[in-house]
Amino acid sequence: MSILGRLTPDALSHGPLAAIGLINVALAGAVAMAIAVGLIFYFHRWQWLFSGAKWFWKNWLTSLDPKKIGVMYIALATLMLLRGVADAAMIRTQQALSVGSSHGVIPVDTFQQVFSAHGTIMIFFVAMGLMFGLINLIVPLQIGARDVAFPFMNSASFWLYAAGMALINLSLVVGEFAATGWLAYPPLSELAYSPGVGVDYWIWSIQIAGIGSLLSGINFLVTILKMRAPGMTLMKMPMFVWSVLNSMILVVFAFPILTATLAMLALDRTLGMHFFTSGFGGNPMMYINLIWAWGHPEVYILILPAFGVFSEVVATFSQKRLFGYKSMVWALGAITFLSFSVWLHHFFTMGAGANVNAFFGIMTAVIAVPTGVKVFNWLFTMYRGRVHFRTPMMWFLGFVMTFTIGGMTGVLMSIPAIDFQVHNTLFLVAHFHNMIIGGVVFGYFAGITYWFPKIFGFKLNERLGRYAFWCWVIGFCLAFIPLYILGLMGAARRLDHYDASMGWQGLFVVAGVGVLVIALGISFQVLQMIISVLQRKRNLDTTGDPWNGRTLEWSTPSPVPFYNFAIIPGVHGRDAFWAMKQSGVARSQHPQYQDIQLPKNSAMGIYIAGLSFVFGFCLIWHIWWLAAVGIVGVITCLIIRLSDDDSEYTMTAAELERLESKHSGKDIRS
Amino acid sequence: MSELHSALPAAPHDDSKTVFGFWVYLMTDCVLFASLFATFSVLRGSTFGPHGGAELFSLPFVLGETLLLLTSSFTIGMAILAAQRGLKSQVLAWLTVTFILGAGFLGMELTEFTNLVREGNSWARSGFLSGFFTLVGTHGLHIASGLIWMVVMAVQIHLRGLGRSTLRRLTLLSLFWHFLDLIWIFIFTIVYLMGAVQG
Repeated sequence: MSILGRLTPDALSHGPLAAIGLINVALAGAVAMAIAVGLIFYFHRWQWLFSGAKWFWKNWLTSLDPKKIGVMYIALATLMLLRGVADAAMIRTQQALSVGSSHGVIPVDTFQQVFSAHGTIMIFFVAMGLMFGLINLIVPLQIGARDVAFPFMNSASFWLYAAGMALINLSLVVGEFAATGWLAYPPLSELAYSPGVGVDYWIWSIQIAGIGSLLSGINFLVTILKMRAPGMTLMKMPMFVWSVLNSMILVVFAFPILTATLAMLALDRTLGMHFFTSGFGGNPMMYINLIWAWGHPEVYILILPAFGVFSEVVATFSQKRLFGYKSMVWALGAITFLSFSVWLHHFFTMGAGANVNAFFGIMTAVIAVPTGVKVFNWLFTMYRGRVHFRTPMMWFLGFVMTFTIGGMTGVLMSIPAIDFQVHNTLFLVAHFHNMIIGGVVFGYFAGITYWFPKIFGFKLNERLGRYAFWCWVIGFCLAFIPLYILGLMGAARRLDHYDASMGWQGLFVVAGVGVLVIALGISFQVLQMIISVLQRKRNLDTTGDPWNGRTLEWSTPSPVPFYNFAIIPGVHGRDAFWAMKQSGVARSQHPQYQDIQLPKNSAMGIYIAGLSFVFGFCLIWHIWWLAAVGIVGVITCLIIRLSDDDSEYTMTAAELERLESKHSGKDIRS
Repeated sequence: MSELHSALPAAPHDDSKTVFGFWVYLMTDCVLFASLFATFSVLRGSTFGPHGGAELFSLPFVLGETLLLLTSSFTIGMAILAAQRGLKSQVLAWLTVTFILGAGFLGMELTEFTNLVREGNSWARSGFLSGFFTLVGTHGLHIASGLIWMVVMAVQIHLRGLGRSTLRRLTLLSLFWHFLDLIWIFIFTIVYLMGAVQG
C-alpha cells in the first residue's frame, strides 16, 4: 500500500457539475483575495496583513473568553447555513425539473451526496453551532459568572467543531461525500455497498465535532450547577438557563451513544468487523436503534434552548414576568425525561410488533403535553402584557404558528397505523422541517437579534429584520406545505426522478419557489448585518439595557467587558435585574473591587483540533502512519496542557476600577 | 475525598468544580460502555459458527486478570492515603505497584487477544467476536490511557511534589481507575461468566 493510503490524484477529479461549483467557489475566493491584496498593495501597507493576522490570533482565535468563542461559533454556523441552503436549493431544483423524460440538472450520485450533506450540515454544523454560540454568549452572563467552568475545554470544543466542519467541506474537493442520507443507515453505509470514502468523511467529521459537543455538554452542566451567583437557587434561574441545563443533560446522556455508534460503524468499515453488516451475524437494525437513541434526544437538545430563548423574549417584550415559571421548569424536565423513551417512532415499520409500537406511539403523543404547556404559558405571558412587536417577538409569533402545525403533524405520525402510510415520505420531511426551521432556527434568530446589542453594543436594523422575517415565514409555508400534500400523495423522500403521470411537478415547483423566498430572506439578513454595522452609531446601546430586560445580562454595560461582572451580583429572586431596577439598586455607587482570576489565552485547543483533523483525514484515506502521528500529537498536547499549573492571571482591583470607570461614564443609571 | 478537601487550606472552589466535572465525564463514559454492553448482548448469539464464549474463553485466566485489576484498585487507594499525609516517596511507590499491576492486566488481555486471533477467531469472524473485541478492547484502551496518566503523574509528583493541583489530578486518576475496575466487574460478569454459562 502506498504511503498516502488510498489517496490518489483521482480523488481530485469530479463530475462536470461539481467542477463548475468548485470553479465558482475558487473564483469567488480568488476575487476576494485579489481585492484584499489589491487594497494592501494600493496603500503600501503590507504590515497590515501581519499585524492583522497577529491581532486576530491574539484577540480571537486563541481567546478563552466564552463571548468570543460564542461569536466564532455563530460566524461559522452562518457560513454553513449558506452552504446548507445552497444544498437545499439544488435538491429543490432537481426535484422540480427531473420529471418524465427530463433527468434534471444533477447526476444521481451527486444528488445523493447533496441531500446527505444538507441534513448533516444543517443539524451538526448549523443548528448545533448556533446553539452552542448562544449558550456561550449568554449562560455565564445570566447566571452572574465571569466564565465557564472549564475555559480551555470550551475552546477545545469549539475548535473540534471547526475541525469537523473543515473535514466535511474538504470532501467537496478531495474525494466525495456520503450518498447514504444524513444518518447513513447500514447495510447501505457498509463497505460492501459504499466502498468509497464518502461515508468515512461523514463518520469522522461528525465524530470529531460530536466529541466537541460532548465536552461542551459537560462544561455547561458544571457551569450552571456550580457557578451561579450567590443567592441564585435553581428555582431562581432564568428560563434560558433552565432550558440549557436540560439540553446539556441530554447531551451528556445522548452523545456518548453517538460516539459509540459511529465508532462501531467505523470499525466495520476499516477493520472488517460485523456489527451492522448483513452477513456474519451483523445486525443493521441495531444501528438504527442506537443512532435514534441519540438522534431523538438530539432533536430536543436543539429545541430546548430555543424554548428558553422564547421564554426570555416573550417575557421581556411583554414587559411581564413569565407566566407559570414552575410549570415551565417541570415541562422542560418532562420533555427531557420523555425524549429518551420515544426513539422507536422513527422506525415503526421495523416490525417490532403491535405492543412495542403502541408503547412508543403513546409516549410520543404524551410528549406533546409538556410542549403544549409551554406554548400556553408563552401565550398567557403575552395576555394583558404591554407587547412590543420588535423583531425577536415577530420570530416568536412565526414560531408559534409553524411549530404548532408541526406539532400536530407530529402527533398524527405518532399513531403507528398512520405512520405506516407516510413513513419515509415528504410528509415526514415537511414535519421535521416544521420543527427545526419553525422551532429551532426561528428561536436562534430571535436569540441572536435579542442579544446582539449585549455583545456588540448596537442593535440590529428593525426594518430589514422584519423583511427577513416575512420572507422566512412565507418562504417556509411555500416550501413545506406542498411537501405535506406530496407526502400524502405518496411521494417518497430523496427522489431524484419521478414519472410525469404522478402529477407532482406543480407542487415541487411551488416548493422550489419557497426556497427562493427563503433565500431572499437570508439576503435581507446579510444586508441587515451590513447596514446595521454601517449605521451602528444610530442604534448604539448606551444603557446596557436596550429592551428593558429582566435578567442579569442586562445589568452589564454593552458591549460586555471581557470579565463580565466587575462585582459578582447577589440574587434575591427571579428576574434579578428587574427587581434591582424596581428597588433602585441596579448599580452600586461605591463598589468595592477585588482582584479577579481570569484564564490566559491558549492556542492548545487549535493544535489539538488541527491534529484531530489530521487524524480523521488519515483514517478516511487509510494513511495509517500519519494518523498515528496525529493521535500521538493530540495526547502530547493534552499532557502538556493538563500539566500546566499556570493557566490563569490575576487582574488587580485597581486595574478593574480603571476599566469600570470608563464604562460608568456612559451609564445613565448610575 | 471530603477528607482531602478539609485537609487543604482556603476553600478550593475550583477543585470541587473539576472533581464534579470529572464525575460527569465518568457518567458519559458509563453511557458509552452501556452502548457497547447493549450491542454485545444483542450480538452474543451471533457467533456465525460453532464457537461461542464457552469454548473461546479461559475463565481461570480471566480470573487472574480480574485479581490483578482489583488489587491495583486497592494499591491506588493506598497511594491516595499516602498523598493525603504528604508522604511523597510512599505515593510514588504505590503508584509504581499500581502501574505494574495495570500493565500486567493489559499484558494478559493482549495475550488473550493474540491467542484468539492466532486461532482464527479474530474480530472479523462474527458479530459476536466484533462485539467482544470492541467492548473488552475499549476497556483496555481506557486502562492504557490510565497507565500513561499514571506515568505523567509520577513524573509530576517527583518534580513538583504534592501541591494542590497535583493532589487534585491524583484524585481524578484514582476516580478513573476505580471506575475502570467497576466496568471490568461488569465485563467479567456479563461477557465471561454469563458466556461460560450460556455457552
